[in-house]
Amino acid sequence: MSPKLINNIFFQSIFLMSLLIVVGIFIPNWLVFVITKAIAYGLVGLGIITLMRGGLVSFGQGFVFGIGGYTAGLLGTQAGLTDAILLLFISFIFTGFVGLIIAPLLARYRDIFFAMLSLAFSMVLYGILIKIDAIGGSDGFVLPESTYFGIKPSPEYADYMLYVVSIIMTGIVSIIIKYYYDSTPGLIALAVRENELRVEYLGSSAFNVAVLNFTIAAGLGGMGGALNGIALGHIDPEFTYWTTSGEFVFISILAGYLSVPAVFLAALLLELVRSFSGRYFPDTWQLILGVFLILSIIFIPSGIGSFFKKFFDKFKNK
Amino acid sequence: MKFFRQSLIVLSSILASLLSFVGSANSDGHGEFKLGVVTFLSGPAAEPFGVPAWNGGKLFIKLLNEGKAPAPYNKKGFGGMKITAIPIDESGGATKQVQEFRNLVQRDKVDAVLGYVSSGDCMAIPSVADELQALTVLYDCGTPRVFEDASYKYVFRTAAHAAMDNIAIAKYLIEKGHDISSIAGINQNYAWGKDSWKDFSVSIKKLSPNSEIKNELFPKIFSGQYGTEISALLNSKAKVVHSSLWGGDLQSFILQAKPRGFFKRTQVVFSAGDHVMPGLGNKYPEGVILGARGQYGMMAPDTALNNWFYKAYMDEYGVFPAQPPYRMVQGLMGLKMAIEKAMDNNGGKRPNKDQIAEAFTGLEFEAPGGLVQMKLGNGHQAIQPHAIGKTAKDKDGNIVVTDIVRYKASCVNPPNGIKAVDWINAGFPGADC
Repeated sequence: MSPKLINNIFFQSIFLMSLLIVVGIFIPNWLVFVITKAIAYGLVGLGIITLMRGGLVSFGQGFVFGIGGYTAGLLGTQAGLTDAILLLFISFIFTGFVGLIIAPLLARYRDIFFAMLSLAFSMVLYGILIKIDAIGGSDGFVLPESTYFGIKPSPEYADYMLYVVSIIMTGIVSIIIKYYYDSTPGLIALAVRENELRVEYLGSSAFNVAVLNFTIAAGLGGMGGALNGIALGHIDPEFTYWTTSGEFVFISILAGYLSVPAVFLAALLLELVRSFSGRYFPDTWQLILGVFLILSIIFIPSGIGSFFKKFFDKFKNK
Repeated sequence: MKFFRQSLIVLSSILASLLSFVGSANSDGHGEFKLGVVTFLSGPAAEPFGVPAWNGGKLFIKLLNEGKAPAPYNKKGFGGMKITAIPIDESGGATKQVQEFRNLVQRDKVDAVLGYVSSGDCMAIPSVADELQALTVLYDCGTPRVFEDASYKYVFRTAAHAAMDNIAIAKYLIEKGHDISSIAGINQNYAWGKDSWKDFSVSIKKLSPNSEIKNELFPKIFSGQYGTEISALLNSKAKVVHSSLWGGDLQSFILQAKPRGFFKRTQVVFSAGDHVMPGLGNKYPEGVILGARGQYGMMAPDTALNNWFYKAYMDEYGVFPAQPPYRMVQGLMGLKMAIEKAMDNNGGKRPNKDQIAEAFTGLEFEAPGGLVQMKLGNGHQAIQPHAIGKTAKDKDGNIVVTDIVRYKASCVNPPNGIKAVDWINAGFPGADC
């Protein structure tokens, strides 16, 4: 195989997507579900990574995760819209739009101030959601079963259908995001991370970069929230709680900001570790999870993505 | 070199996780019934609910496997099958629970799942349970919405929902001639607290239309500090103060309110107040009207079955059982009766989940807290008799519950097909007291 082909994003993505779709037929059902859920969390993580490239970290991605989930849920229960593909797409657009509205406010802040303000937004939404009894308050509500192009798959295939849809849609989004990362505005984000003042002197706006990145992160988070809600069949205000946001931050740190697929792998690793520690150590699973988090931060400080980058850089150098 | 070492770490962690699930995919034994048990083992609901419930469950499963339980539960295990329990922690929110549930069903291939204290989890699990066709017993959670908003084939709740707790307390106040000209409430700001207050205040309004609502306080859950609320309630001079606080919140409230003479200056009612008694002991205030979400603990009926369970728990753990162990044991008893009934219908052979679900629907069984009848939600939701009492000091200075009034299940639970809140609003039509 020529190095050029291996470095082609389209080829990589389509190969990976087809591989996952085929593998999905053979792996047990619970793993299909875990991967779908990891994709949902990974999408939100991808949003945080987009922000991280510009030097920002949001502690409140639960805000967009919740908006996306509730958008899909309310469209399903109130408007009778159950097509998973449409729900994911609408949640993506709508949450991105909400992100665009609040982004100018957030983009004026940096570092911990940005993080805390985003956290504040998510907790305000949490406070509102638990008070609205019409949509179940703190108990949340159940989503109707989803359909695909008007067809409702039988229960045995429902998980796999959603898995395929989430892989294809996430694959497309990931390719677009990768192109954005390598485009001029995407690369300016990296420059902002290095030295914001110098970027401003060179004639670019760090403010605009932050607004754009936050909007993208919001859209991705909304899609992740919708996918998570559809996969679980239930949504509650916990989606917007700060501990949920914390998980997204951890996924992003574990993945690092150097690679797109790494974030999904990080989300999957976290899900697997959590699920097995919960099964075999029901009394001390948090301890196992904590040790895993500490070890991964000590031994892979720049994230799983750094392996991927090194691997592909080898081909480039030849 | 560094790159190589780091790759090794990642690879080995992936391998380890893969291996562990291959290892877990063992075969399904013939004489074994695998039961997933989900309850709080960590977090704020563990100490008051999850752990005592699981203690009761663990003990009962052990005695069942040894064939040491009294009739009609004297068959070994579930109809001769040995019960293997897989405990899972309920903390982490509904998202995590749905995943854990799937893991139990699809990865561990359990025959049934028994669990869930949190109403949020009880709302999230049933739709997945039906989708996966997994037999599921909800043993504790309170929200009436589970079977009022939807219906499920494989999901059962073996304990009455929360409406009963507050209806019975309202009836008790009136029957005992308490002054209810003004009422106030302090309940946590989430579904359980808000529903409890609504059920109680509307019941009072229906039974005594002239009573006035003074304060409706909704502190946030797990806040633990109630100084301001206690002042506000004292200033309001309400004759009756209602609360559905539980666990650490209830303990904090009691310990902060007692020194200020709160329990002497107003009639306090706790809709689920018994489960902190083993922890507080004689620090528990006198003169409090309380329910235990059923005839449990100090309000349990004097039957052979109850006396057996009470003593077995007391001997094992050194404290008396409050509501949580009673409710989990009630769930296990219901499941056992359903399995054995299905087994009889199946000619003594191991029944499948459809046969068990069919036998479970509309089942009636005797539990330590009285007769449990699966009457609501088309035979999927239990009703049970209830008891309300008042705390007092006995001659040795120990806190006990006296003045107990028992209510028939049909007196404090809505009939099938009517939502609890509609039944209260309509003034309890068809209540058989």
